Amino acid sequence: MSERVVRIAAGQGFWGDWLEAPVRQVRGGPIDYLMMDYLAEVTMSIMQKQKSRDPRAGYARDFVPLMERILPDVVERGIKVTSNAGGVNPRGCAEAVLEVARKLGLGGKLRIGLVTGDDILDRLDDLIARGHPLADMETGQPLSEIRDKVLSANAYLGMAPIVEALRGGADVVITGRVTDTGLTLGPIFHEFGWSPEDWDKVAAGTVAGHIIECGAQASGGNLLKGWRSVKGMADPGFPIVEASADGSFLVTKHPKTGGVVSVASVTEQLVYEMGDPGSYITPDGVADFTSIQLRQAGRDRVRVSGIRGGPRTPMLKVSIAYFYGYKAVGTLVYSWPEAYDKAKAADRILRQRLADLGLEFEQILTEFVGVDATHGKLSGPPDPDAPEVQLRIGVRARDKAPVERFTRELAPLVLTGPPSVTGFAGGRPAVEEVVAYWPALIDRREIERHVKVEVLEA
Amino acid sequence: MAGSSRKKSASRSGRFRRPAVPPSRPVQLRWLAHARSGDKGNTANVGLIALEPEYYPILVREVTTARVARHFKGMVSGVERFELPNLGALNFLLHDALDGGGTISLKTDAQGKVYSTALLRMEIPVPVSLARRLIRK
Repeated sequence: MSERVVRIAAGQGFWGDWLEAPVRQVRGGPIDYLMMDYLAEVTMSIMQKQKSRDPRAGYARDFVPLMERILPDVVERGIKVTSNAGGVNPRGCAEAVLEVARKLGLGGKLRIGLVTGDDILDRLDDLIARGHPLADMETGQPLSEIRDKVLSANAYLGMAPIVEALRGGADVVITGRVTDTGLTLGPIFHEFGWSPEDWDKVAAGTVAGHIIECGAQASGGNLLKGWRSVKGMADPGFPIVEASADGSFLVTKHPKTGGVVSVASVTEQLVYEMGDPGSYITPDGVADFTSIQLRQAGRDRVRVSGIRGGPRTPMLKVSIAYFYGYKAVGTLVYSWPEAYDKAKAADRILRQRLADLGLEFEQILTEFVGVDATHGKLSGPPDPDAPEVQLRIGVRARDKAPVERFTRELAPLVLTGPPSVTGFAGGRPAVEEVVAYWPALIDRREIERHVKVEVLEA
Repeated sequence: MAGSSRKKSASRSGRFRRPAVPPSRPVQLRWLAHARSGDKGNTANVGLIALEPEYYPILVREVTTARVARHFKGMVSGVERFELPNLGALNFLLHDALDGGGTISLKTDAQGKVYSTALLRMEIPVPVSLARRLIRK
């Protein structure tokens, strides 16, 4: 008896990932599901800002033209899609995809599952009033302290609404803030009909989701071990999970694609953004990463098994974004000879001018690119003969005025500072608004009764 | 667990001297391990993975919480260590490593993507015979 597997392919690892990947995943070999993760911690606030300017916006816009490219293949091959591309406007995103489907002549052939209820921006005052402090998980401060600055607030949903949408016949499931891992867990649980309280299975699906949620970062991209020997990265194969009914799974990629799936490539992805490996907490359960067993099971095939987990917690995480202040970062390049000394002198002069102007900053940070920008004091002694050094100086303040003035202090250094300076063609650095992240917890019952799943016909 | 490994390294640095220690020499971690790092708020994590299974016990013994804290002194406020023997890996949490983290940070490496290689600069003592083999590779 040949064992039944469910194939879930990663199409996007973040908003801005390689646009060809989903197309190749759909056409490059058999898959059952295409999983596309778009949401990082601060993505929601960017989308919220876009929505405030245009009520039809607020989702990952590239998702729609991408779906236009792949929908004919997706429908023909019976592939289903799960994605949190909906951002803060999943309904707008679903409607845009429906429109594209009809334009492609797929009317009557496509059903879209729409998941809402994660967005609690309009409920915040009510929740605070009813005794939910939504305190910052890192500092313990209650949300009330920055309530007037909040830009977006979304609870992390798990796999449940995705399973429900698939059960309702959805071909494409579009959500807002569903966890990256939930996009993979949902299809596996739906296909095998597992109980959502089978905690080892939940943990296994969570680990599968974690492995593929960053796309090619599990299949040769950003791989440090033996990076020179990773071939074909002009056309990398994004990872695919082949899930089995016993909870184990295989990580692989399509044949004739670049990159590599090895124990090393999977391990590097497993430890990425890891906290306590003994308890990787998601809305669906708690996975124990110290139970994961990896084995190379063939070329570009890694078998993952042995995963154990525990029950879900009574709380859900909430991702809140709030307006923090302003920042700007500017650069100048100093050339040989004595490039580093010139850059250091320029930094001293600039700082003196900022002080003389009486400008107040929360932070002024200087880095010398080519000397110490990424490893700080660990970088070792600077090369006295360095061909060039880039001075990179950034400032941050709660008020806009000092940051604005800072951006006008960089260019003058060209004619009023140390010699052999170049690389300022980009002009004045831009003043950027800083939107900060406020992670909090909330009783899951407050969220779950508001989650809604609809299935819409094209 | 972080707590137990911290205790272990504390007793190791005590006055007690072990007899007949084989001669050792310092080797950069890059010859023994690969790594990947990421962020959670203002904390960077570094997963340190043994290049060969037999290097893992050396990493457990030598890459202690205290040593890593010393290595990153002035760059982070605290270090926690977790063991993953199943993956031949250690996970380090480096607190307050990212100038506020995410969008607030002014750092080039605002998301801690290359703290991984900063840890690989650290030197640990390994037996001379192993050190010779590593450098020859």
